[in-house]
Amino acid sequence: MRIFDPHIHMTSRTTDDYEAMYAAGVRAVVEPAFWLGQPRTSPETFYDYFDSLLGWEPYRAAQFGIQHFCTIALNPKEANDPRCLPVLDELSRYLAKDRVVAVGEIGYDSMTKEEDEVLARQLQLAVEHGLPALVHTPHRDKAAGTRRTLDVVRESGIAPELVVLDHLNELTVGMVLDSGCWAGFSVYPKTKMSEDRMVRILREHGLDRVLVNSAADWGSSDPLKTRKTGDAMLADGFTDDDVDRVLWRNPVTFYGQSGRLDLDEPKPDETSSFEGNSIRRGGE
Amino acid sequence: MPPSGRATLPTPLPLTPEASAWLDTALAKIAADPAAIRTLFPAVRRHCGRAPLPDGRTVDEAARALLLAALPLRDQPLVDEVSALHRYGDPAEQRAVLRALPQIDGGGTGRFLDLVRQTLRGNDITLIEAALGPYAAAHLPADEYRQAVLKCVFCEIPLAHVAGLDDRADAELVRMLSDFARERTAAGRPVPEDIAPLVNRVRPFTTTPGAE
Repeated sequence: MRIFDPHIHMTSRTTDDYEAMYAAGVRAVVEPAFWLGQPRTSPETFYDYFDSLLGWEPYRAAQFGIQHFCTIALNPKEANDPRCLPVLDELSRYLAKDRVVAVGEIGYDSMTKEEDEVLARQLQLAVEHGLPALVHTPHRDKAAGTRRTLDVVRESGIAPELVVLDHLNELTVGMVLDSGCWAGFSVYPKTKMSEDRMVRILREHGLDRVLVNSAADWGSSDPLKTRKTGDAMLADGFTDDDVDRVLWRNPVTFYGQSGRLDLDEPKPDETSSFEGNSIRRGGE
Repeated sequence: MPPSGRATLPTPLPLTPEASAWLDTALAKIAADPAAIRTLFPAVRRHCGRAPLPDGRTVDEAARALLLAALPLRDQPLVDEVSALHRYGDPAEQRAVLRALPQIDGGGTGRFLDLVRQTLRGNDITLIEAALGPYAAAHLPADEYRQAVLKCVFCEIPLAHVAGLDDRADAELVRMLSDFARERTAAGRPVPEDIAPLVNRVRPFTTTPGAE
């Protein structure tokens, strides 16, 4: 089983996770820029974070045979802090980079006026840079938030096939697929979505424009949920080809629209490696 | 020692017609509006490729050097623009900036030395190697140059890749490398072979050049 996890925050994960993911079949990941638990208070810490998503993390991933790409954005929660807003002025530098395959995560957290403006502005940036957009749907008031998100996406003029709305559930999947956007699902140990519910949604809505991710981060989450979903699909009678379509070909198609998903690229390890607390040398 | 090292004359790059056209357009845009480099510089690899060149650089590094040379800026505005490209650069962009320093700082002022110093504090050995070219050899003060060489030994960068060693290795560096070799030997760990010629060479104590 070859797996492309289209949404996982590896910055928060360990080398054990990378090993287990590789053993489970994960060969490529996309790490969206998001909040870190601890709120940030200045734009500079975002730039260091973005640099890490483009430098250190692809290097770590490559040590374990995994290709690492990222999406860059100002996330909705921190879009409410005026101290963080200058990040928007530097995004164009980052959106021009080779391993940046979408604008994201953008979207709503509390559905404030500030979030409205930042979402609309970043959808425009996606249009300007010819990039897909990864849109987070809010955890609170999800159905209303998803409807409002779809309105903003429509108004922005971005092609719906360039947009994925993520963290969907039984109540939001229909309106998203009807809109022409992609539907993303984050399979979690307790919240968001489970493997069995995911299989039922695939039975009901089909395999087109569906992305399944682990969205594993610093909270209670599991980087192997993609594999577990693949196993649950097989147990339910889906074919190997169905699993490959959902867990590999679909994310390759979606992020491939960036023109930057170079899966044959030499691993960063061949051109870049880090000294010091070297992972390769066992922390020597 | 002169600040220039690597040949800086642009040799014809192996580019497809599309890549060549993209590069010409990019150079014209930058000549007309220096801020255009901020999104063109990161996009070079996708348009021009990354194949190795006979001079040790890659196509994207050489093409990026051309973009830098096209900046219609001097003095502090040039330093600011180049420093920002480095600040916001991914590893490939940062390597390109570092390798182009002898050209950008044609006057040999050493005013881009801070980019070298930032790199030497980091952990990416490809960046450290790119930083320790002729520009560092010409401008790094003696104590920093010695530390940089020792860091290369620690992170297994072949010393053959470090510019200026023949001229700049002094008695103090030899002492540091000898101590390092003793430490390794006492620990029963291997000593990198490429320090032997330096450790063994008989050389009078010299003051170090270049740190003007």
